[in-house]
Amino acid sequence: MTLLRLDRLSVRIGAAPVLSEVSLALEPGETLGLVGESGSGKSMTALALMGLLPLGAQAAGRVEFEGQDLLALRERDLCRVRGARIGMIFQEPMTALNPMKTIGAQVAETLTTHGAATRAAALEIARARLDRVGLPADRFGLGLYPHELSGGQRQRVCIALAIALRPALLIADEPTTALDVTTQAQILDLLQALVAEERMALLLITHDLAVVAGRTGRVAVMQAGRLVESGPTEQVFRAPGAAYTSALFAASAHVPRRAPAAQGAPLLEVAQVRRDYVLARPAPLAPHPVLRAVDEVSFTLHRGESLGLVGESGCGKSTLTRAILGLDPVQGGTIRLAGAPVSPAMPRAMRAGMQAVFQDPYGSFDPRWRVERLVAEPFHLLPARPADWRARVAAALAEVGLRPEDARRHIHEFSGGQRQRIAIARALITRPALIVLDEAVSALDVRVRAQVLDLLAALQDSHGLSYLFVSHDLGVVRAITGRVMVMQAGRIVEAGPTDRVLSAPEHPYTRSLLAAAPRLPGRASPGVRPTAP
Amino acid sequence: MIRFLVRRLLALAISLIVASFVVFAVIEVIPGDPAAFMLGLNASPETVAALRETLGLTGSLPARYLSWAGGMLTGDFGISYTYRVPVADLVAGRLAVSLPLALLSLALSTAIALPVGLYAAARRGRAGDAAVMGLTQLGIAVPNFWFAMLLVLVFAVGLRWLPAGGFPGWEAGALPALGALLLPSVALALPQAAILARVLRSALIETLEQDYIRTARAKGLSRSRALTHHALRNALVPVLTILGMQFSFLLAGAIIIENVFYLPGLGRLIFQAITQRDLIVVESVVMILVFAVILVTFATDIAYALVDPRLRRRA
Repeated sequence: MTLLRLDRLSVRIGAAPVLSEVSLALEPGETLGLVGESGSGKSMTALALMGLLPLGAQAAGRVEFEGQDLLALRERDLCRVRGARIGMIFQEPMTALNPMKTIGAQVAETLTTHGAATRAAALEIARARLDRVGLPADRFGLGLYPHELSGGQRQRVCIALAIALRPALLIADEPTTALDVTTQAQILDLLQALVAEERMALLLITHDLAVVAGRTGRVAVMQAGRLVESGPTEQVFRAPGAAYTSALFAASAHVPRRAPAAQGAPLLEVAQVRRDYVLARPAPLAPHPVLRAVDEVSFTLHRGESLGLVGESGCGKSTLTRAILGLDPVQGGTIRLAGAPVSPAMPRAMRAGMQAVFQDPYGSFDPRWRVERLVAEPFHLLPARPADWRARVAAALAEVGLRPEDARRHIHEFSGGQRQRIAIARALITRPALIVLDEAVSALDVRVRAQVLDLLAALQDSHGLSYLFVSHDLGVVRAITGRVMVMQAGRIVEAGPTDRVLSAPEHPYTRSLLAAAPRLPGRASPGVRPTAP
Repeated sequence: MIRFLVRRLLALAISLIVASFVVFAVIEVIPGDPAAFMLGLNASPETVAALRETLGLTGSLPARYLSWAGGMLTGDFGISYTYRVPVADLVAGRLAVSLPLALLSLALSTAIALPVGLYAAARRGRAGDAAVMGLTQLGIAVPNFWFAMLLVLVFAVGLRWLPAGGFPGWEAGALPALGALLLPSVALALPQAAILARVLRSALIETLEQDYIRTARAKGLSRSRALTHHALRNALVPVLTILGMQFSFLLAGAIIIENVFYLPGLGRLIFQAITQRDLIVVESVVMILVFAVILVTFATDIAYALVDPRLRRRA
C-alpha cells in the first residue's frame, strides 16, 4: 500500500498561490529527495502535509497518509499523527530545541505527549534513542541543555526526538544546510542508516542537488510551486527531462570565465599573525585562559589575484577576516595593505581601499535606508562625499546589473541575489583594491550564485580587483579562486594553486574535507574542473 | 550556580555601600545646615547646636558616615524629630502595612495578568485578543485613584462588604487587616496587571514564532500545550523584569492610594517627613527603600537563573 500520496495539493496564502497541484507518492521505506530553489514550495509541501502551515495559508487537494486524508482531519487527530506516524526535522539545529529544557526531557516529550510511555520509561527510551544517534551516555547525559551542544550534536538530538516513536515517515527539511561539510556527511549517513534500520520512508528536502545524489532512491524537482520533474535519482541525474533541472545542474557546476590571475605587486601582506581571545577565569583568581583563534598565519595576496580561504566553522576564518579588515587588534605579527600597516586605529581613508561583502543579504542592510544611501555609505571614509555621488551610485548599480532608478527603493523590495549585488555595489563605490568576500554567495540559490560569480569575475577583470574569498564551499572556491589556503584550528595547514590543492590534496585535513563534500555524479570531486560548455 | 550566587551577593553588597554613600552625601554635602533648615529661621544657636548633636552632625565626615552606617547595620536609625520615637519603630509599623499591601497587589496583578496574557497570545489577531487588549489599554490609561474611588463607591458605600478606608492594625486579627488592604491592593493591581498582561502577550507571541515551537508542534503537541509547556517559560524573563520593577514601585509609590484609603503606609510617612523637614526619617526611609529595591533586583536575577539555564553559567 502506498504510504503517502499527494493528490493535486495546492496551497495559497491570501490570494497568492504558493503550491500548484503537486502530486507525489511515497511507498513505505522509500526515500525521496525533494529539490528546488528557495521559494519553490518544497518546505511548504512538507508543512502542508504536517498540517503546520503558517497562519492565513489554505490547502486544497488531498494528502493521503496511511489511508486517511490528512487535510480532512481535525486538529486533535492531526496531533496524533504528528510525531507518532510522521517525524520531522528542520534546517536550523541551533534554534530548533527549547533552550530552557534538557535534551532528555525534549526527546522523552515525544513519547509522553502520545501517551506511549510513562515519564520514567520515556526517559529510558530517550536514552536509547540518543545512544543510537551517536550521543553516548558517558558524554551526553539526559540533563544537558541545548546550549551545551554543537550544531551537529543538536541536530542529532532533533533526529532522536523525531524518530523516538519509530514513525512511518521522516521528513528532513534542509537538515544539513546549516552544518559543516564533515558534519553534514555524518548526519546524512546517520539518516540513511536509520531509514534502512527502521524501515522508515524518508522525504529529504534540500536545495543542494549533490546532497540527494546517491542518498535517495527517487528525486522530485520543484520550481515556483510546481513539480517539474520526478523519477529515479540516477535517471534524473543522468538525463534530466525538464529544462529547469538541466539549468540547475549547469548552475551547480558553473565556472565563471576568468582571465588568468594577473600576478601584480603584493597588495595584502599577512605575516605571523596571532589572534588570542582571553576567556573567563575557570576559578576565582585563577589566570585567564587564552584561546588562540589564529596561530602564526602568513600569506601574501597580489593585485588582481583571487585567494580562497576554506575551513570549517570555528577554524578561525572569520577571526582572521576581521583582523585583516582592521576591525580587531592582533596579538602578534603584522598585516599590511599596499605597504601600510592595518589596525583598528588605521586612517579612515585606508579603509576605503578595502571593502567587504558578507554572507547574509538580509541582515547586512539597514531596512530604513534607501539603496542610494546604503551604497553611498562608504563615502564616509573619505574626507568629503564627492559632489557627483549620485552619479557614482548609479554607475555602481549599473556595474552590478541593477537599474539607476533602483537607488530610490528600499532593501526589502529586492530578492536575495539582488541584495548581494547591492552589497557588491556598496563595496565597489570607493574603488577599493581589495574586496573581502566572507561567504558572500553561500546563502544564494545555485542559479543566482552562478550569476553573482560571473559578476565578480567580470568586475575583477575590469577593475583589477583582488579578492579574499572566505567560504566553506569547496565548489565555489574552485570556481572563483586561483590559489587557496586551508585553515584548521587557527593554522593554515595547506596552501597552493586551487586546482592542485583540490585535486591532489597533501594534508589529511584537506583530504577529509574533500571526501565529505557532497558531489554530483559524473564529477569525480569538487576539485576537478568540468570542461566548460 | 553557587558561583553565580556568590557573584550576585557581592554585587548586592557593593551596590548597598555605594547607595549609602550617595544617600549620606545628599544629606551631608548639599549646602546648608540640615539642623538650621529643620528648625526654621527663628531658632536660637543653642537649639541648632543641640539638634546637630542629636542628628549626629558633629565630628569629621568619615566618622559621621561610619556612625550613621554602623547604626543602620545594628538597627539604630536615630530618633524622629517630629514624632519623637525611634525611626526603626516608625518604619517597622509602616512596613507592616506597605509590605503586605505590595505583596498582595503583586500577587493579584500576576494572578490576573497570567491568564489574560496567555489567552490573548493564544488567540492573537482574533476578536478575543482585541477585546482583552482593549481592556488592558483602559487599565493603563485610567488612573488608579479613580479605580480606587470607584471600588469604594461599589464595595464600601454600596454593598458595604469592605471598609472604605483606615487600617485596624494586625492586632485586630488577620481578617479585618486583610479586608482593609483588599480594596487598595485591587486598585493598585489593576493597572499593573494591564501592563504585565501586555508584556506577557507580546513576549509569548515572539516566542511562538521560534523554531522550537515548530519542533514541539511537529512532535504532536497541541497549540495550547506548546504554549504552556514551551512558550511560557521562555517568555518569563521580560515578565520577571517588569514584576521586579513593579514591586519596587508598589513599596513606596502607593502614596496616592494610601491617601485615598487613609492607610498608614511608607509612602505617606515619607511624604509627611518631607513636608515636616524630618530629614532623619527621610534619610532612613530612603536607605531602606534603596535596600529593598536592590534586594528585589537580586531576587529577580536569581529568578532569571532559575528560569533560564543559560544564565547560570554566565555572569
